[in-house]
Amino acid sequence: MFYREAGDFKTSYPKDSQTFPIKLDRFGFFAVLFIGFAIIPFVLNDYWVNSVFLPFLIYAIAAIGLNLLVGYCGQVSLGTGGFMAVGAYACYKLMTGLDIWIGGVEYALPPINIVFSVILAGLITAIVGVLFGLPSLRIKGFYLAVATLAAQFFLVWLFNKWSWAYNYSSSGQINAPERSVFGVPVTGSNTEPWAVYLFCLVFLTVLALIARNLTRGSIGRKWMAIRDMDIAAEIIGVDPLKAKLSAFAVSSFFIGIAGALFFSVYLGAVEVGEVFGINKSFLVLFMVIIGGLGSIFGAFAGAAFLVLLPVFLKNTLVGGLGWPTDLAAHLEFMIVGGLIITFLILEPHGLAQLWRIIKEKLRLWPFPH
Amino acid sequence: MPEQLLWGMEIVMNGLMTGVLYALVALGFVLIFKASGIFNFSQGVMALFAALTLVGIMEGRVPFSHLIKAVSGVSVHHFGWNVPAFAAILLTMAVMVLLAWLVNRFIFRHLVGQEPIILFMATIGLAYFLEGFGDIMWGSDIKKLDVGLPEGINDTIDEVTFNLLGYGFFIDNLDLWATFVAVLLVIALVMFAQYSKHGRAMRAVADDHQAALSVGINLNFIWVMVWSLAGFVALVAGIMWGSKSGVQFSLSLIALKALPVLMLGGFTSIPGAIVGGLIIGVGEKLFEFIIGPMVGGATENWFAYVLALIFLVFRPQGLFGEKIIERV
Repeated sequence: MFYREAGDFKTSYPKDSQTFPIKLDRFGFFAVLFIGFAIIPFVLNDYWVNSVFLPFLIYAIAAIGLNLLVGYCGQVSLGTGGFMAVGAYACYKLMTGLDIWIGGVEYALPPINIVFSVILAGLITAIVGVLFGLPSLRIKGFYLAVATLAAQFFLVWLFNKWSWAYNYSSSGQINAPERSVFGVPVTGSNTEPWAVYLFCLVFLTVLALIARNLTRGSIGRKWMAIRDMDIAAEIIGVDPLKAKLSAFAVSSFFIGIAGALFFSVYLGAVEVGEVFGINKSFLVLFMVIIGGLGSIFGAFAGAAFLVLLPVFLKNTLVGGLGWPTDLAAHLEFMIVGGLIITFLILEPHGLAQLWRIIKEKLRLWPFPH
Repeated sequence: MPEQLLWGMEIVMNGLMTGVLYALVALGFVLIFKASGIFNFSQGVMALFAALTLVGIMEGRVPFSHLIKAVSGVSVHHFGWNVPAFAAILLTMAVMVLLAWLVNRFIFRHLVGQEPIILFMATIGLAYFLEGFGDIMWGSDIKKLDVGLPEGINDTIDEVTFNLLGYGFFIDNLDLWATFVAVLLVIALVMFAQYSKHGRAMRAVADDHQAALSVGINLNFIWVMVWSLAGFVALVAGIMWGSKSGVQFSLSLIALKALPVLMLGGFTSIPGAIVGGLIIGVGEKLFEFIIGPMVGGATENWFAYVLALIFLVFRPQGLFGEKIIERV
């Protein structure tokens, strides 16, 4: 009754093939956009931005990226943390002025605007992603999953040792200098909560729309064909080389942007081993699994769930019951692990599937037969 | 002989010993993979959990003492006794068998017939769960594990090599013991799989679940047995690594290195796990020795993975793995 196509007539092809063909979906989408852009920025404070909204927005970008690779193209990657690190360091080099050494002569580029730094960082990560995606043409399944660990450990090590990457600073850390968009600072220490929130939200909105449309188009269908059975896909004319590498490239682009934002806007200072370690790879993978493999909405749901869970646990256990923080952290590990298993057993398609079931029920209500 | 070469030889020896330890963890993976098709990511955390439990029992710690304190305010830490090493190992083994049963009953019985990649992710979830559980049960501080294995430099080897080559090799007693135990373990496991009734049943299950079921093999029993065996291997690996570098979280990361070992050797091959372990143990030590200083060191963190990655591109089934045949 509430959620249905009936009565929603389309009179032109563009209307029929629009991103959200069902009216309720469309209204819902615009309502969420309106709340996100016009209401939340006015009621934000520092705590909410730093502990909930920024991590949610950034992890959502990363989860969408990983979902394109794992959920749509079926290539399991455990290198997310490493790729995020590439994005972060590329963004740092670009926003502080890239120095290139050719034949012992230094050519220094001027610092690039933060928006373009982030986008270029995504592109650089895409190149790195394709490089590490090359073995996927030969290796499959969990062999590939373990092979991507090579990216994770090698990249983290590289950014630890390669002093050019952190501008030869003695601490080995990278620190984001103050940069602004239209005169409003979005990185550094003098940022306003609404500014950083909107900055990340714009990225997320644009990227999510791109992802949604990619998956509906021919390239997304190729990915799904490869996921379902790569040999069969090859026989019907999908080029596995192009499909797999494009999935790695697009996915790494998203993850690179997430890494760049994570460093420049959210944290401000990064020590690579701590921030982009193997646990980050798992965290994003869990978001994808809990949210639902092969669903953009699932990436949002998973990111929201795993960002809110620690905040919730910390507030109830540490704040409410007075438990020590380390105990709460261990409990969080247990709960996250337990949830992963529960979801895989009860609902392998994640939160997104629950949402689909609700929609199906709404469509038939109140006459279920 | 030039000094560099002697150092190189010493490093190769030490690499072999480390490789044996990797192989030990990798063995646990192979066992479970062969019998149930589950690629058990949590093997490393199982080793950590086993070592934590062993230390906890030996020192007579009260399990969940932090939790008890947080919930009820009662502060209890130790029962006040020390359990001898041998008894503690038996008790820990009992815990690992119980764990194997629980894992089967509550996780993998519900996931029979799922795609391998789903099972793999379930074991990642299990790894997270066990990690948190182990820490809540026994606390997350670094613990010293001493089951009475000899430690420190082996004087005999030092003396003999000094007399022969004019340079005493530094070989740790513990590593020698680990090698000895690993060799014993491998022989025992191979004998078990080849000649015992349950070993044969295990291989039958690995071949075909349904066919095994139809000739009257109890699947649940075999799976619990395989997970218990993996728990036993994890316990041995945990004891060795724990005595070497203390029982702490990084133990499960070291165990992650068993993954490239496996890929190199092939997932289904017990000899492959050993050879892969040795190659990676020696390779990473030599690489660190020769190339390491040029690039700033700490190459051990990634060398194994990159080596396995490059190797797999040329031979996707690993050294001794069964050829992968795909059909539409």
